[in-house]
Formats: sequence, structure tokens, C-alpha cells
Amino acid sequence: MQENVQLQVSGLKKQFGAETVLDGIDLSVHKGEVVVVLGPSGCGKSTLLRCMNGLETPTAGTIFLDGEEVTSGGKLITRLRQKIGMVFQSYDLFPHKNIMDNITLAPVKVQKRPKKEVEEQAERLLKRVGLWEKKKAYPRELSGGQKQRVAIVRALCMNPEVMLFDEITAALDPEMVREVLDVMLELAEQGMTMVIVTHEMQFARAIADRIIFLDHGHIIEDLDPESFFTNPNTQRARDFLQTFAYEKRRTNE
Amino acid sequence: MQDSGINVFFMGKNFLRLLEGLGVTLRISLIAVLLSLPLGILFGMFMTWKNPLAKAISRFYLEFIRIMPQLVLLFIAYFGVTRALGWNLSADVSAVIVFTLWGTAEMGDLVRGALISIPKHQYDSAAALGMNKAQTFGYVVVPQTLRRLIPLTINLTTRMIKTTSLVVLIGMTEVLKVGKQIIDANRFEYPTAALWVYGMIFLLYFLACWPISMLARKLEKRWR
Amino acid sequence: MGLNFEFMQKYLPWYLDAAVLTIRIAFFGILFSLLVGAVCSMVQYYKVPVFRRIVSIYIEISRNTPLLVQLFFLYFGLPKIGVVWSAEVCAIVGLTFLGGSYMAESIRSGLESVEKSQIESAASLGMSKALTMKEVIFPQALAVSVPGICANVIFLIKETSVVSGIALADLMYVTKDLIGLYYETDEALLMLVVFYLIILLPVSVLATLLERRLRYAGFGN
Repeated sequence: MQENVQLQVSGLKKQFGAETVLDGIDLSVHKGEVVVVLGPSGCGKSTLLRCMNGLETPTAGTIFLDGEEVTSGGKLITRLRQKIGMVFQSYDLFPHKNIMDNITLAPVKVQKRPKKEVEEQAERLLKRVGLWEKKKAYPRELSGGQKQRVAIVRALCMNPEVMLFDEITAALDPEMVREVLDVMLELAEQGMTMVIVTHEMQFARAIADRIIFLDHGHIIEDLDPESFFTNPNTQRARDFLQTFAYEKRRTNE
Repeated sequence: MQDSGINVFFMGKNFLRLLEGLGVTLRISLIAVLLSLPLGILFGMFMTWKNPLAKAISRFYLEFIRIMPQLVLLFIAYFGVTRALGWNLSADVSAVIVFTLWGTAEMGDLVRGALISIPKHQYDSAAALGMNKAQTFGYVVVPQTLRRLIPLTINLTTRMIKTTSLVVLIGMTEVLKVGKQIIDANRFEYPTAALWVYGMIFLLYFLACWPISMLARKLEKRWR
Repeated sequence: MGLNFEFMQKYLPWYLDAAVLTIRIAFFGILFSLLVGAVCSMVQYYKVPVFRRIVSIYIEISRNTPLLVQLFFLYFGLPKIGVVWSAEVCAIVGLTFLGGSYMAESIRSGLESVEKSQIESAASLGMSKALTMKEVIFPQALAVSVPGICANVIFLIKETSVVSGIALADLMYVTKDLIGLYYETDEALLMLVVFYLIILLPVSVLATLLERRLRYAGFGN
């Protein structure tokens, strides 16, 4: 069990001023595992993800990736980030570079890989997400869903060991959500280790190996998706699921 | 520096004369700003007219004033107009005229910018409430325009003060000229006077402009 | 008004020499202003301790004093403590002292316009601070800064007109000379205006074109 732990979070705390956002998180993510983090807004989901990528410095606690400490700060983090891909809600493609340059920038400049090899990989990945013909386009010419798929390809081209997804469909028009989620489902099937923050409940149920439910900076549920969605342990989680059910009933009328 | 040149300020009325010299430039800027305000507001409104001729005229005026160094304009007024029209403009009247023409152009452009920045739906909703044109202007447009305009106008004032330092180059007796007279008169007692006098003038300008800049920035922050 | 063309032809070389001087001072002054501005804006952008205070004091002093006064201090004042520069060096140093702060403000506003999420997304790709600046922040900031930088360039060229105050034979100086010597005021002033137009109009047109191009090529996420 300990053998194939890829990402190890221990006693993680994060405070912004007087506010405690994460209050002692312990979590092990195993190789090839897909963990979906759920919880009401403001529960610290995004902060947890951002800590995993070193974008936030924790107040206390540690995060290890393959036995190397993400939370140590300094030069190590830029190297570790090459092993952790992250995709954001706001896509954040570089607007002044075309799609191909967006994808090849970091592999060529950071990993110092030969440009030709990176471009071949980019071609494979772009074809897989159905955007090969957009390789010369600029981000502003793409729809939100297309941009988000490019952002995923950009992260994948670094050959990461873990992928973090921070509400990546939250800013998309509903009809574009599917195309992005399909890409993630495919990734999961190929055995990528993933930590996902999302508000798409059906998707979470379909993709997750494990559901983590956060509330007030604590993990209060850690279950397989079937148990979580049918029979969660806590009232808090039941209430949370109920809000989605209510919305669904309304919209079905 | 045992003869420390700083003592030059305590000789006779030297320091007072320096301040009077600064007063000359400040007075010119003040008059020019006060004249530019109403003229600039009128010019700004004129610039929003749709009439092509009005547009061409205001555009030409603005662009010409903007592209020419203010010193060139001063030369034209002081040397050129005097000869061409036979008026004998004194240096300070030329300065006031030039800075007013310049201030009107700059102020006008600020007013135009502020006026067109008011979104159309503000006019629409005023109309929907049954306001007439004058009421819309008085209750909706002017208050919103003023907030944008006041900090920019204050900034224009500091630019005006700095630019009026040029009048020494058309021979006016202002702070730099007075400074030079003091330096010349004390050449032997205080050989380093130039350092102190020009340093002091530097400081005086800073003290005149800096508080005004700070005020403009404060207002800009508060009203953004 | 009958213009004396013979006079204008005769003194054309004076104006040409003067224009060359004006352009030379403006060129170096603007070049160094950009360098000073770039360094100062970086110091402010990265909030470098101590230096940040120095830069903001410099900017306040530079923006709140007239160039002519700065030049008088450099040219007449500094020699008293043994710093003797030629008038042209003073002019370039003065223009740089003035222009550096204007350029710094323009560049900084460009840098600050780049969204924080862009920087985070570069970080998440393992990019270092320096690489992020070069590949991500700077190119985007430039597009925002260009209109301000162009306005500064025109402003600084115009400001060179005061260097006649420290006895440099620029366009203003030649004009004043000719008026004083020959009373051919109309001709001298006409040539003055024409020469400034020849220098400034192309710059202004170029700036407008550049701004328009940047606007149409606007990145817009």
C-alpha cells in the first residue's frame, strides 16, 4: 500500500490572515488513482490543489511527491512542478502565442527537450482532443471548451505524473462541458493519477475512484463514489448532495 | 567648503527675491489655469459636436498645439505676433496667452474624454425617468464627469507650473533669472552659489508641484 | 507677407545642424530613458526592498520638477562640486532623468495589466521567474505599454527644446540668434515650426499606426 503512494499530504494547514482555510488535511493519492474533491464553495478545495502545486505556501504540514517535498519551497518546486500538471478554471493560455507555441513553450524552454520531439508529441495530443487543425490559431479564436482542451494538452505535454484540475468546466457554456470532460475520462482510463475539483456531480461519480468531501477545512468523508452518492456518512454531505437534487428537480419541471 | 554657499540665501533679501521670482511663474500658471478651465470646458463640448467643420477645426487646433513644443509657441507669440500684428506683447502677456491656448486644448481634450466616457444607457435611463436635456446634463452627466475630471485637471496644473519655467527663455525675470542675478552678484563672496541657488530652485519647484500631484492621486484613488 | 527666401536658403544649413543636435539629444535621452524606465519598473513590479523606496522617491522628484531647472542644476550647479559635464552630456542626462520616470510609469502599468493567473499558469508549467517574465509577462505588457511609451517619446522630443537654456545650439537657439541678428522674424519662426513638424509628425504618425495595429491584433483572451 505505502509502496505506490504518489502524493502524500500530511497535517496540511493554511491560514489567510485570521481565517483558517485548511485545518489539518491528511491524504494519500496512489498511482493511477482518480480522486475527486467535493465540498461547498469556500471549503478550501482550490486552496488544497494550489498547495499541491506550490502556488500557495502552507502554514503548516507537508506535501510529498514521490518522496520529494513540494512544500520545501525554493528551487526544488520549479522542478517538481514539471511532474505535476495543473489546469485552471480560466484556461490561461498565453494570448500572444499560437496554440502550438503555447504547448511547446515549457517543454522546450524548461525541460530543454528537442523542439521536433515536442512538436510530434503535441501533434499526437492535439489530434486526440480533435484540435490539430487549430495548431496555428491564437487563443482568442477558440471557444472556451477548445481553449480548455488546449490547456489540458499543454499540461500533458510536460509528461506529468499527476494532473490537478481546478474547476475547469466552471466557466464554460453548458454545451462545451462535455467535450472537456470526455478528455479527462480518457486520461483516467489510461491510468493518469488525477486530483479533480469539480461541481459536476454526475461526472464526479463516473470518473472518481475516491471521493473526498471537504467542509470547513477538514476532510469529513473519504469514500468510493457509489457509497458517497447513495449513502454518505455525515449529515453535512447529505445536505450538500440534497442541494443538487433539488436543483435537478426544479430544472426537470 | 568653509565659505559654505548656503549663506548666500541669508545675504540681504536674496531668499525673498527668489521666492518672488517663483511667484511670477506661479502667478502666470494660475492665471492660465483659471482661464483654461472655462475655455477648455467650452472647447471640450465643441469637440463632441458631430459637425464635420467643427470637428476639423477642433482637431487641427488640438493637434497643432499638442505637437509643437510649448517653447516654440512662446516664441511665435512673443517674437512673431509682436511683429506681424504690430502689437507689442510683453513677455508675461505672451506667456499667459500661450499657456491659456495650450491649457484650453489639453483641458478640452480631457473634457471630451470625460463626456464620451459616459455610457449611452445613462442618457437613456435619465430620459426614461422623464428628465429633459438640461436636467440630464445637470443631474447625471456633470456629476459623473466631474469626478473623472478633477484629478486630471489638478495634474494639468502641475504640468502648467513646470512648463511656465520656460518663460525665462523669452527674457522674463522669474525665479531662474533672479537666481542667476544672485549668483552673479555674489560671484566672489560665494563661488559655489550656483550649486545652492539652482539646488534651491529645484527644491522650490518640487515643493510647489509635489503636494498638488499627491492631491490629484488621492482624489483619483478615492473616486475610481 | 513677403518671405525672404534668400535668407531662408542661406541659413538652412544652420537649421539642419541644429536639427541634428536636437535629434541626437532626443535619441540618446529616449534610449537611456527606456533603460532607466525598464529597470525602475522591474524594481517596483517585483517590490524589491529598499530599492523600491529609492525608485519611488526618484519618480516623485523627476515628475515634479521642470527639465529646464534640472538642466540649470546639472550645467551650472554641479561644476561647483567638481562634476563638470559638457552641455550635451547634461542635456542627455537631464532628459534621461526626466524621461526615466515617465517610461517607468508606462512600463509598470503594462506589467501590472498582466493577470496574476497568467503568471500562475506559467509557474504550474515549471517556468522560472525569469523565463516567465521573458516569455509570458513582458510580451503582453509591451502591448499595453506601447501607447504610453509613444506619448513619452513625443513628449521627450518636445522637451529637448529647452536645451537652448544651457547654450546648446538647437533649433530654438538658432531661431533666437537669427531673430536677434537680422530681425527676419517671420522666416526664422517659419523654419522653426517646419523643422519641428518634420521631426515630430513622422513620429506621431508612426505612433498612431503602431497603436492601431496593436489594438487590432489585440490579444483578448
